[in-house]
Amino acid sequence: MGGWWSHVVEPGFFSSEVVRTAVVAGGVVAAISGVVGVFTVLRGQSFAGHSLGDISATGGSGAFLLGINPLFGFVGMGLIAAGCMEALGVRRERGRDVATGIVLGAALGISALLLYFDTTVHNTTGAAVTVLFGSLFAITTSVVPVVIACSVGLLAVVLVLYRPLLLSSLSDDIAAARGIPVRLMAVLFVLTMAVAVALAATAVGAVLSTALLIGPSATALRITKRPGTAMLAAALIGVVTVWVGCLLAYDSFYWPPVRHGWPVSFFIVALVLVCYVAADLGRRWWNRRVSTRYTPVAP
Amino acid sequence: MDRPNKSGYHSVRTEHSHVISQIGGQYVKTSISNHLDTDPHRFESSPNGRPPALELEGIGVSLGGRPILHDVRFGVAPGEVTGLIGSNGAGKTTIFRVVLGLLAPTSGRVLVDGRPRPRRNRSVGYVPQKVSLDPDMPLRSRDLVALGLDGHRLGISFPSRRRRELVDEMLAAVDATRFAESRVGSLSGGEQQRVLIAHALIGRPKLLLLDEPLANLDIRSEQEVVALLARIAQEHDLAVLISAHDLNPLLPVVDRVVYVADGRVASGTTEEVVTTEVLSRLYGHHVDVIRLHGRILVAAGHGPDVDEALLAQLGRAAVTTDDCPAV
Repeated sequence: MGGWWSHVVEPGFFSSEVVRTAVVAGGVVAAISGVVGVFTVLRGQSFAGHSLGDISATGGSGAFLLGINPLFGFVGMGLIAAGCMEALGVRRERGRDVATGIVLGAALGISALLLYFDTTVHNTTGAAVTVLFGSLFAITTSVVPVVIACSVGLLAVVLVLYRPLLLSSLSDDIAAARGIPVRLMAVLFVLTMAVAVALAATAVGAVLSTALLIGPSATALRITKRPGTAMLAAALIGVVTVWVGCLLAYDSFYWPPVRHGWPVSFFIVALVLVCYVAADLGRRWWNRRVSTRYTPVAP
Repeated sequence: MDRPNKSGYHSVRTEHSHVISQIGGQYVKTSISNHLDTDPHRFESSPNGRPPALELEGIGVSLGGRPILHDVRFGVAPGEVTGLIGSNGAGKTTIFRVVLGLLAPTSGRVLVDGRPRPRRNRSVGYVPQKVSLDPDMPLRSRDLVALGLDGHRLGISFPSRRRRELVDEMLAAVDATRFAESRVGSLSGGEQQRVLIAHALIGRPKLLLLDEPLANLDIRSEQEVVALLARIAQEHDLAVLISAHDLNPLLPVVDRVVYVADGRVASGTTEEVVTTEVLSRLYGHHVDVIRLHGRILVAAGHGPDVDEALLAQLGRAAVTTDDCPAV
């Protein structure tokens, strides 16, 4: 593997502090995004997840203005937005959509204002790109412990709520009849999703955070038959895409335009797409091969 | 009685769809009995002498000041299949929500196994009308059934021999072993019904509620599910309450019928309840009940004063009445 490896991995990749931070933070965020993402897809809340990403941009851009780390802006704004969406989003599905749409519009408007101040008053010209499209290589080492702590917390919440959340994702009616507080489940899950999206926004930017949340999960759902396996697969796919994305972004320093490098977020999102298409084609091929509806029972 | 649609026009429409869906009913011996003096709201609530698994005592429900249910009272006995029959919007789902404890009645009370229903009661199994099982959902039949065992508990479950045996046993009980390892989303409607029934049964409930289990099923799966429910009721000594808009597919198996119209009910055996007199009183306008080759047709607005527009609308039902002058 040695010869091939040294061609792909530029010398200095692992000794770089920036790369180490990106690999650790990006890997942890990708893993937790995959786990939370599976439930997001199961519950059909991908749009709410995307909205949370867009809204947390307001927090990120506000944080730039105040001179604090955008991570805290993302998380804070995400939680507030999730609370608002749940408070406005009455029990009906239509109500949920309206709430998402209204809060989304308001937040993006404020975001536009804050980003304008960021670029004009503070002269932080990179703010808009960092907040909206992110860069793993821009993460400061000091927030890595915070990222890890948040991710471990989210994992704990998902594991504790796993069964009632799964049941209420299948059918609120069945869950409620079993005595599961479905409303509380919904609130807790949206808050969980808000933090996961905020972490993903730190890694790949607010706009692309959905790609990390939904992409690996949707891919995993194409190729697995069990929810637990789907979460493991989604986490794994997320981690691999982020790491390979980092590697390619590092390599791209020597690609045209030479000595500028391509944005790491682009590589991650592109790889997520490639994985999904591959999984989808694989599933179709498998379905054709099996051709019967029932997959054979393991002996 | 003060009714919003006294003309019966709306009812006629629903009954018409009723009539069309008669095809495929099975032959059973029914006798037409007259209950001229029977008040449809005052039927005996405890059938065949056994204490009922479920008893509704004068349930009234008002939502936003609008009365939905009036003095609903009936009982469901263990080992019996009871059909909760009524058109859409008659109040069937509201009755279910009250029984499940999801909706507090304005008046009356619900007794499960002779005791007032506790807030969280797992002795009631429930199969809702619509469960959106996406084909992409990574959940095998066996996983869904296992969730019936411990889906309400916190934390993740660990595989155990006993758990697996219980799930296998339940899958076998509903003839679902064949597709135990398949994604539930990839199964047909009838197969999904079986898995959902196993999910509801694995907690060993005393009472099983099924909301329109035959909706969206083809005739063959319909008959299979009905036969399965009758068998389960007997084998598990389970009280089964099935809601449906059409009684006929259930005729071979129902022991008793609860007919719902405009939030009122009439309950008893099919022969007692589904008669021209009782249903006319329940609906508040004339309804004809026609028994034909073991099937029951319920059609509104018939009689010497029937107008041409109505007849045209009823089409098929009118022809059937001509063939059946005895009623």
